[in-house]
Amino acid sequence: MPTSPSDRGADPVDLAVVGAGPAGLAAAVTAAGLGLRVTVLDAGERPGGQYYRHPAPGLGAARPETLHHGWAAFARREAALRAHESAGRITYLPSHHVWTVVPDGGRWTLHAVAGPEERAAAVRARAVLLATGAHERQLPFPGWTLPGVVGAGGAQAMLKSGLVLPGRRVVVAGSGPLLLAVAGSLAAAGARVPAVVEAASYTGYAGRAPALLRNPGKIGEAATYGGALLRHRVRLLTRHAVTEAHGTGRVEAVTVARLDRDWRPLPGTARRIPCDALAVGHGLVPQLELATGLGCATVRAADGTIALELDARQRTSVPGIWSAGETGGIGGAELALAEGELAARAIAGAAAPAALVRRRARLRAFAAAMGAAHRPGAGWTGWLRDDTEVCRCEEVPAGCVREAVEDLGAGDVRTVKLLTRAGMGWCQGRMCGPAVAALAGEGASSPGGAAPDRRPLSCPVPLRHLAELPATDG
Amino acid sequence: MIIGAGVVGAACAYYAGRAGLTVAVVDRGPVAGGTTGAGEGNLLVSDKGAGAELDLALWSAGLWRELAEVLPERIEYEAKGGLVVAPDETTLKALRTFADGQRAAGVHAVEVGAGELRELEPHLAPGPAGGFHYPQDSQVQPAQAAARLLAASGAEVYLGEEVTGFLLERGAVRGVRTGRRELRAPAVVNAAGTWGGRIAELAGVELPVLPRRGFVLVTEPLPRVVRHKVYAADYIADVASGSAALQSSAVVEGTPSGPVLIGATRERVGFDRSLSVEALRRLAVQAAALFPVLADVRVLRAYHGFRPYLPDHLPAIGADPRVPGLLHACGHEGAGIGLAPATGQLIAAALTCAETPLDPHPFRPDRFGPDRFGPDGSGPDGSGTAATR
Ligand SMILES: Cc1cc2nc3c(=O)[nH]c(=O)nc-3n(C[C@H](O)[C@H](O)[C@H](O)COP(=O)(O)OP(=O)(O)OC[C@H]3O[C@@H](n4cnc5c(N)ncnc54)[C@H](O)[C@@H]3O)c2cc1C
Ligand SMILES: Cc1cc2nc3c(=O)[nH]c(=O)nc-3n(C[C@H](O)[C@H](O)[C@H](O)COP(=O)(O)OP(=O)(O)OC[C@H]3O[C@@H](n4cnc5c(N)ncnc54)[C@H](O)[C@@H]3O)c2cc1C
Repeated sequence: MPTSPSDRGADPVDLAVVGAGPAGLAAAVTAAGLGLRVTVLDAGERPGGQYYRHPAPGLGAARPETLHHGWAAFARREAALRAHESAGRITYLPSHHVWTVVPDGGRWTLHAVAGPEERAAAVRARAVLLATGAHERQLPFPGWTLPGVVGAGGAQAMLKSGLVLPGRRVVVAGSGPLLLAVAGSLAAAGARVPAVVEAASYTGYAGRAPALLRNPGKIGEAATYGGALLRHRVRLLTRHAVTEAHGTGRVEAVTVARLDRDWRPLPGTARRIPCDALAVGHGLVPQLELATGLGCATVRAADGTIALELDARQRTSVPGIWSAGETGGIGGAELALAEGELAARAIAGAAAPAALVRRRARLRAFAAAMGAAHRPGAGWTGWLRDDTEVCRCEEVPAGCVREAVEDLGAGDVRTVKLLTRAGMGWCQGRMCGPAVAALAGEGASSPGGAAPDRRPLSCPVPLRHLAELPATDG
Repeated sequence: MIIGAGVVGAACAYYAGRAGLTVAVVDRGPVAGGTTGAGEGNLLVSDKGAGAELDLALWSAGLWRELAEVLPERIEYEAKGGLVVAPDETTLKALRTFADGQRAAGVHAVEVGAGELRELEPHLAPGPAGGFHYPQDSQVQPAQAAARLLAASGAEVYLGEEVTGFLLERGAVRGVRTGRRELRAPAVVNAAGTWGGRIAELAGVELPVLPRRGFVLVTEPLPRVVRHKVYAADYIADVASGSAALQSSAVVEGTPSGPVLIGATRERVGFDRSLSVEALRRLAVQAAALFPVLADVRVLRAYHGFRPYLPDHLPAIGADPRVPGLLHACGHEGAGIGLAPATGQLIAAALTCAETPLDPHPFRPDRFGPDRFGPDGSGPDGSGTAATR
């Protein structure tokens, strides 16, 4: 049960799940089915996370399922969530943003900011599952701050939840399988998509044929996208990137250039494509604040992002803390569902069905193959001019970051931040982190490779909440 | 050869270079990657009672003023002044005695009445009996200050190289060994901050530097609600005994870019990197008590660092008589940014056998006999999380 922060004696629940995306939802429903008392805290207003975004009831969308693969799987779990809720086995707390998880005498206390009125809430639990998902990876380029330039995943989310188009003529660019899905949805919703500009080459997967062959579902998915794209006459340019967006009040055109293997733009290959919107994204980045705050060990995933180190039963390196879905490496909704269920079974002490274990392994292998193919090449920083803004919150240009690295001895994101303020604003470096890391030369080559950003507060917390916490002798 | 590219190592490099020496700096991380990057950049004289540390701080305050003239503006030097608030008459009385001692040492301390307090800080909570204004208290951006000092020093810099041992010849230090190479030098300065004890150990001597954790809260950007460095003074009892140690609460201050900084707590928990909700609570309570408007703002982030402290709360500065060629410049606890320039001057003087305006004796590195303090290295004040700077 949610308690006021001063209510420390409250009975802990068996399991607190943070995040109600595919992973968290699957875990909560499975755990409740196995007899555990579960509380689900989710920052969103409705269950579903990033994938199962759906229009608010008021918008009158007749069939949200047309925008989703696997809608039925979601609908089934949402129904189960509601049933467990009425039976008192699950407490579902939407609009609860957990800002920290702290150990508390062999149990865990989760502190959250709740609702638009920003109430303080706390939940005590015997075990915690972190299913906090991911956010989009953005790599800056000149003009990326112009109105009309939107995140690819964001455009998709806008379509799914509000059914609005970012523009009428939308270029889709970046890297990753999401681009095809986004282009397909945009085209289906009536936008003209002059090109999908993909920095990697899909032949990158060819070398990983075994993983692909074991994932017939994925091939089917890709074929569906491909078919839709063909129907809408969308051109797919691989090994190309948008290296600049042009326009005065709003984006009017983009420059597209061919890339070499390391994502360096090839001279003489640039050309302009007119458009009134650009949807751009370079895959996703696991959202790990809560986990790293707890000291959970991390690894560098095939796509270059930092993910949690998890064992076969979804345990993190911290006993009592589990994780499932994108936090263990970007892998998609189907994998998130499988991992959520596996984690719940492990927490409840139930055996894991062999088929489920196999499915997870197969999907993870596929995710790794795809991640490796779409990992940004080191040369992408070549399209940043010194005056290109890297950190939007604090308006820090690339030249300033380069000076900190080359002249002042900053060799990592933290020091760049201290010297330039890049990453100190509202988003706390979620947006510019990957770009700053690349400019600082941090990454694959650094030993161990995995030094995640630490953000002890995973969202802004009213000072009053902190002041009103129960005193302890610390 | 200086080990450590924090603010202290950078200041040593700067002043040693100016004294005509050829200098190299080695650090296992980036510049300011240690405690300097977690510091707040308060250059305070107000919180120090009369004594060796205050003398060092006053000398440093003057040096920072000079440095602000020659280093780039990006170090964000600002002489904004400190304001110490006394909640009641008893505290105010004690504060007066404390300030008298400081004045004798050369500190400007101006008593301000309750009304004037509100003029200086319009958003201050009503109620305090009075306070003191310290115009000499000022501010730098610590990472910038360290980076710019180092760049201006002309030193050769080796970053990302950990010192793993000393080169010794007949018991004297002749350089250091890193993971990648041997770096020879007739003198080596240990400016490894919180890790200075470990470096001393590599040279075969003991220096009991221990970590003392501190948390800082950073709010969302705000219009100017806080103008000075403001903190409440709470005296530890018997002022009469003369041990007028100032127990100061969280310092609240606005920054040029908008966020308000609230820091910092003090606790001895080793290198524990987990979040202390209790530390955050105390900072929030103290900040809201001083400035009630802050209760309704959001805290964007919290961070922590590990101050290097020695049992008697004074830094170790100077040549180590136990190992020829080895010097120390570490253990500055919560004041290393403020004390860095004077430390650099003392080190430069020790290296060139020059005179200094200050007696370095209280800072001699071999002052810790094995039996003088408890076995855990704890000093006379065995404080827990008392929220002090
Ligand atoms: C913008 C975007 C668009 C996408 N579009 C597609 C697509 O079109 N097709 C496709 O196949 N895949 C898409 N994906 C990927 C897909 O959404 C994921 O694979 C899937 O949702 C992963 O499930 P999850 O449960 O791990 O995480 P998520 O679905 O991301 O769920 C995480 C949940 O945790 C919540 N949360 C996070 N932190 C906290 C906290 N501190 N406190 C409380 N709650 C918290 C979030 O609000 C969210 O509800 C997209 C992802 C993103 C980010
Ligand atoms: C929360 C907080 C707030 C503070 N606020 C203030 C303030 O307002 N004003 C103030 O004056 N002070 C403040 N301080 C204290 C101040 O930050 C420190 O006293 C000061 O930064 C110490 O500087 P340093 O150069 O000695 O140490 P550091 O900055 O830690 O530098 C030591 C360097 O040595 C390097 N090193 C260690 N071992 C090795 C090795 N084996 N080989 C190579 N390199 C090595 C480290 O990587 C590090 O970069 C604060 C501290 C904290 C934690």
